[in-house]
Amino acid sequence: MSNPLTRADVEHVARLARLALSDAEIEQFATQLGAILEHAARVAALDTADVPPTSHPIPLANVLRPDEPAPCLDRDVVLSMAPAAEDGRFRVPRILGEER
Amino acid sequence: MSELTGRSAAELAAMVRSGDVSAVEVTDAHLERIAALDGDVRSFLCLGPEPAREAAARVDAARARGEALGPLAGVPVAVKDMFCTVDLPTTCGSRILDGWRPPYDATVVSRLRAAGAIVIGKTNLDEFAMGSSTENSGFFPTANPWDLGRVPGGSSGGSAAAVAARFAPLALGTDTGGSIRQPAALCGVVGLRPTYGRVSRYGIVAYASSLDQAGPFATTVADTALLLEAMWGHDPRDSTSIPSAPEPLLASLENGVAGLRIGVVEELTDVDGIQPDVRAAVDSARALLEKAGAEVDTVSVPSVEYGLSAYYIIAPAEASSNLARYDGVRYGLRVPAPEVEAMNASTREAGFGAEVKRRIMLGTYALSAGYYDAYYGQAQRVRTLIIRDFARAYERFDALLAPTSPTTAFELGARTSDPLAMYLSDVCTIPTNLTGACAVSVPAGLDAAGLPIGVQVLAPALGEAVLLRAARCLEAGFNFTARPPLGRPEVAA
Repeated sequence: MSNPLTRADVEHVARLARLALSDAEIEQFATQLGAILEHAARVAALDTADVPPTSHPIPLANVLRPDEPAPCLDRDVVLSMAPAAEDGRFRVPRILGEER
Repeated sequence: MSELTGRSAAELAAMVRSGDVSAVEVTDAHLERIAALDGDVRSFLCLGPEPAREAAARVDAARARGEALGPLAGVPVAVKDMFCTVDLPTTCGSRILDGWRPPYDATVVSRLRAAGAIVIGKTNLDEFAMGSSTENSGFFPTANPWDLGRVPGGSSGGSAAAVAARFAPLALGTDTGGSIRQPAALCGVVGLRPTYGRVSRYGIVAYASSLDQAGPFATTVADTALLLEAMWGHDPRDSTSIPSAPEPLLASLENGVAGLRIGVVEELTDVDGIQPDVRAAVDSARALLEKAGAEVDTVSVPSVEYGLSAYYIIAPAEASSNLARYDGVRYGLRVPAPEVEAMNASTREAGFGAEVKRRIMLGTYALSAGYYDAYYGQAQRVRTLIIRDFARAYERFDALLAPTSPTTAFELGARTSDPLAMYLSDVCTIPTNLTGACAVSVPAGLDAAGLPIGVQVLAPALGEAVLLRAARCLEAGFNFTARPPLGRPEVAA
């Protein structure tokens, strides 16, 4: 059987991931993520000291194009998809908690 | 049912080109079949009868003016709802994008439209392509047309089911860990995952960017080649797109397998939990290839044993980063809150389903301070080991043979409460995603319960032509002509 993560672990990761999990979800993820991580830990045990990591399967580097102006998406079209927009910008709620 | 449905894309395009039938008639026949039968299967999230008929009418008008028609003229295509389409909503099967209408078409969709294809609708999927059964859709599950009590596989389950049900001769899918090949196997159709970088990812919603690749579904190997030729090739809008021109596929399709060296991957053929019928199908495939002149032997690729573990670190890590964009600011759902961070967190809590949250949590954990090297770094090094093992195998072999899925279609709900059991569905397909190579699943008959079995041919990067030659040989050998019992009265035993 696996080591469940603690509630505090799950709450910390949920905060990093910007997920407002319910109590039931926190319980469930503590168990499930523990089991999945235990399976994944099989790779942690392998000796890979001399093996370089692969971040990308095809070796393409520094793909460049000429720096020329070209049409892009229309601002009004883009803003029309947003939940809230104002004066040509995205509108969001208060960002700094202490301001009032 | 109309005699226009159930025909291959190649046949339909030829009939439209010669004027035997109009593109509008072809489109209407498929829309009628969907209207009659998709209530049971639920392969589509949304249909676009109006834009489809308009596109078909444009094909017919072009023909009437004597213009040359594209290779897919008048052929209906079902599109997985991960591809951006300007004329239809794009949801990725997620409540967080419910009703979202993209401002542009994915490059692949534009290319298919230019080739004359008719986009008839968007197909269901596991939310953001995360799953192996299409049960993680934020809207509803899709049924397997062969047995409505079973899953079609996933994540591209809607596309696989739509092609199996003959709602469209062709469909688009994406394959990050097997999401084209596994549902193709479970639904008895052909599904191909191309080499990473061969098909543009522009306008395809990102799940795990170093693994994602789009590819075709079809009922025949020739149609698979036809669709792939219409969708692939360099795209300056995707910086990971391979610049060299792809080789023609249809031209070499009938070249046979004489002299090809094909290795049967021991670790995947003897994988834990493999169903005996599936194992036997791999043996039959081996015999068919040998009979056609291929030199077949077994090969060991020991590190594939670690593929699943590496994948379920790398894919969630990339997903947790890619899905950070759904924050209630620029598009999709917003759950109001007085401060921005609470708005972000409440929006994501309400908009994402359980599996997406699970993978975001897993990926965030694997990338967090103190764990990055132990999990993510180590998984990337294991990825290198797997790439090296396959490179060694391809010194001796031109292509490899393996099952696509260890089992045939499982029952709806059978694996939903155990994420790890669900992940094991992908064990045979994941190595191709980790190595960036290509593979195809081909129907190999039915199991004892009458459910389709798929076998998989794997080839190194850029090996699609060899892949399809071997697939064509298996298609001819297996001669899989069975169709799902959909819409036919039950025959008493």
